[in-house]
Amino acid sequence: MNFDFTEEQVMLRDSVARFIQDDYSFDTRQGIAASETGMSAELWRTFAELGWLSVPFAEEHGGFGGSAVDVMVVMEQLGKGLVLEPYLATVLLFGGLLQKGGSAELQANYIPKIIDGSCLGAFAYLERQSRFELADVATTATAQDGGYRLNGEKVVVFNGANADHLIVSARSSGEQSDEHGISLFLLPADAAGIEKKTYRLMDGQLVANLVLKDVKVAATDLVGELDQGLALIEAVVVEANMALAAEALGIMEQLNAKTLEYTKTRKQFNVAIGSFQALQHRMVDTFMAYEQTKSLLYRAVCALTDEKEDAATAVHALKVMLDRAGKLVYGEAIQLHGGMGLTDELDIGHFAKRLMMINTTFGNGDYHQAKFNALRYS
Amino acid sequence: MDTSFTPEELAFRDEVRTFLSESYDAELQARLASGDPKVYKQAVIDWQKRLHEKGWIAPNWPVEYGGTGWDATRQFIYDSERAAAGVRDVVPFGLKMVGPVIYTFGTQEQKDRFLPSILASDEWWCQGYSEPGSGSDLASLKTRAVLDGDEYVVTGAKIWTTYAQFADWIFCLVRTSNEGKKQQGISFLLIDMKSPGIKVNPIVSIDNHHSLNEVEFNEVRVPVANRIGEQDKGWTYAKALLAHERTSIAGVADTKRNLAQVRDFAKREVNAGKSLLAEPGFQARMSDIEIELMALEFTELRVLAAVASGGAPGAESSLLKIKGTELQQAVQSLAMEVAAYYQGVLPNDLSAEELGHDFGSKARQSFMYGRAATVYGGSNEIQKNIIAKAVLGL
Ligand SMILES: Cc1cc2nc3c(=O)[nH]c(=O)nc-3n(C[C@H](O)[C@H](O)[C@H](O)COP(=O)(O)OP(=O)(O)OC[C@H]3O[C@@H](n4cnc5c(N)ncnc54)[C@H](O)[C@@H]3O)c2cc1C
Repeated sequence: MNFDFTEEQVMLRDSVARFIQDDYSFDTRQGIAASETGMSAELWRTFAELGWLSVPFAEEHGGFGGSAVDVMVVMEQLGKGLVLEPYLATVLLFGGLLQKGGSAELQANYIPKIIDGSCLGAFAYLERQSRFELADVATTATAQDGGYRLNGEKVVVFNGANADHLIVSARSSGEQSDEHGISLFLLPADAAGIEKKTYRLMDGQLVANLVLKDVKVAATDLVGELDQGLALIEAVVVEANMALAAEALGIMEQLNAKTLEYTKTRKQFNVAIGSFQALQHRMVDTFMAYEQTKSLLYRAVCALTDEKEDAATAVHALKVMLDRAGKLVYGEAIQLHGGMGLTDELDIGHFAKRLMMINTTFGNGDYHQAKFNALRYS
Repeated sequence: MDTSFTPEELAFRDEVRTFLSESYDAELQARLASGDPKVYKQAVIDWQKRLHEKGWIAPNWPVEYGGTGWDATRQFIYDSERAAAGVRDVVPFGLKMVGPVIYTFGTQEQKDRFLPSILASDEWWCQGYSEPGSGSDLASLKTRAVLDGDEYVVTGAKIWTTYAQFADWIFCLVRTSNEGKKQQGISFLLIDMKSPGIKVNPIVSIDNHHSLNEVEFNEVRVPVANRIGEQDKGWTYAKALLAHERTSIAGVADTKRNLAQVRDFAKREVNAGKSLLAEPGFQARMSDIEIELMALEFTELRVLAAVASGGAPGAESSLLKIKGTELQQAVQSLAMEVAAYYQGVLPNDLSAEELGHDFGSKARQSFMYGRAATVYGGSNEIQKNIIAKAVLGL
């Protein structure tokens, strides 16, 4: 039993950390967020050059062959820098689906392009009515002319604005919420029949709603087995939740550190406000919340790699913990900064907003607690 | 990062299971549950002697002093199996508190004199730190020891002394100087409870039991040879021990088992034809606790692993203490809810069958005594002060 990182993992962590420190200041980040694309194509190329985009992919496709631990190491650092570039959408979701379920041909065509930074991907899964239910898919895929026609609407597609390729979930058989009958299709983002509307979220992301009207896809662009898409989605989402939790952990670390620093320098009543026990104990609570979240993240990551414990259960627990701990940490961070905490200029609010988006992505705490309960107490 | 067990570790786990199930037998358990203090005390000693014969009495001690030499993983496996089997942990005062102080700071004579009888449970120890006027502010303690030839003369009072009524020896913090900072004039003495001038007065606690005492010292003569380390340096030795004490107070493995018992009982309880465990509200309360506990188990592992690779348990032990005791109380509180009316049942002559069940009376006792966990070992508020200072630098 050990909680050490390998030498390679330490190098990977340090390389991302150094980049954030040197090239991704909060001002730079805010500049990127305000830009038209909401991401930096130049920095994305840097990510590729530094090898970060290759982390989870198999060596046969030019990947690093990394584990969940490697992904965690990267995401935690990206979280600390509030990085906007679409690592989750392109590498972990779009790339993750391909890696786990794509045909040899699709993998050979796209994974090397993800790794070299020339392909930006997105996974269009969410629909207006579906909330957190991945099986709630109303978009249809109808077999026609040896291929498929897609019709429907996808919303809040992460990286939907910039992606050149999409993987779309659609119902190839069954009723709207059936677990069976969901299929995944890969298609160019500019395919005929796709109407795209882009907008920003509070965490700076540029996302899109997509209306699909008789969009043609070839049978060879099916990702995974026909009608069996849900299991593939769930497998990728479990890992994505882990990665998002790592990002959130990096954010929580920043919020705690910045708040602590502030209470040591801000003076009222002629003393640093950090000398007040009422505030000290609250910062101890946020410190403990951070440590507990980290422990559960490690536990979930180990569950994925050791298979000693059910990974899905561990991830549900992690999402519940993250929800609670995240609210506590950003809530206290804002409160302890006083009026400054309310300003748009300060980074605190931006860390908070990203944490809020992470918590709602792929199910909030209540949703995962219900799932956890169903697995544990039936 | 890797938490899987090796085949050797799995074999060790099986050995622990087998040993516990054979040795912690029904006869012993019945004696441990006895309301008669003499029977109870002897049962505790008998159990600890079995562990001693097996060589497992002191997992946290170095091998040269009779410890097991287990690494963090084996300690974790042992403790998880022990708790899962409902096996009580050892009485901490000798094995977890004064023993490590003696082998770390004691003279060769002190080691030879005391360590074997601690390992063999031939002598029962108690802890004489707190005083009526000195609780959280322990260093303000006033029990004084005045040097007279090769003896100290000790006068004062200790309070909340757990199992002083059973003890052969007490380890005490006493004041040997009023000069300088209050921490600087404290010495660490080992005192024979049979010494003339010691009087033990019982205190009945909120759980209707007698484990607490006040211990009076009236000109008690203690050989200088029974002082640990240097005079006036006792605070340093005491502090080294506190981190160990806190880590073991967390009780993660036992809380896990207690939660599983609450869950099993809730499953059998029926509300309007429906199992209590199926109630969404109840499930949410239960998973609030279980999820924190899953995390704390790994926090403990992280601390264990850090200690195993050379670190001492530092301020992290305060985190374990706070979270661990909060969760203990959360489970105890949930057990009371599950017990419903039965939470009020006091010890009586009826059998569990005649009553209906004994879940309630056990729940009540743990709940009531369990209030202490956030108070002793340095209250949780004091632990937060420690983290604020040592970790956050405030
Ligand atoms: C069941 C039980 C068994 C015990 N066994 C032993 C034993 O065997 N040997 C032994 O020596 N002692 C023992 N103790 C004593 C225990 O260590 C003390 O009770 C503890 O240190 C608290 O001291 P106190 O009771 O005087 O409370 P106080 O120190 O008076 O504290 C009262 C309240 O004030 C809070 N408080 C105090 N100072 C601060 C501060 N600076 N900031 C914020 N809050 C503060 C505390 O957290 C607490 O909530 C035992 C206690 C119990 C309950």
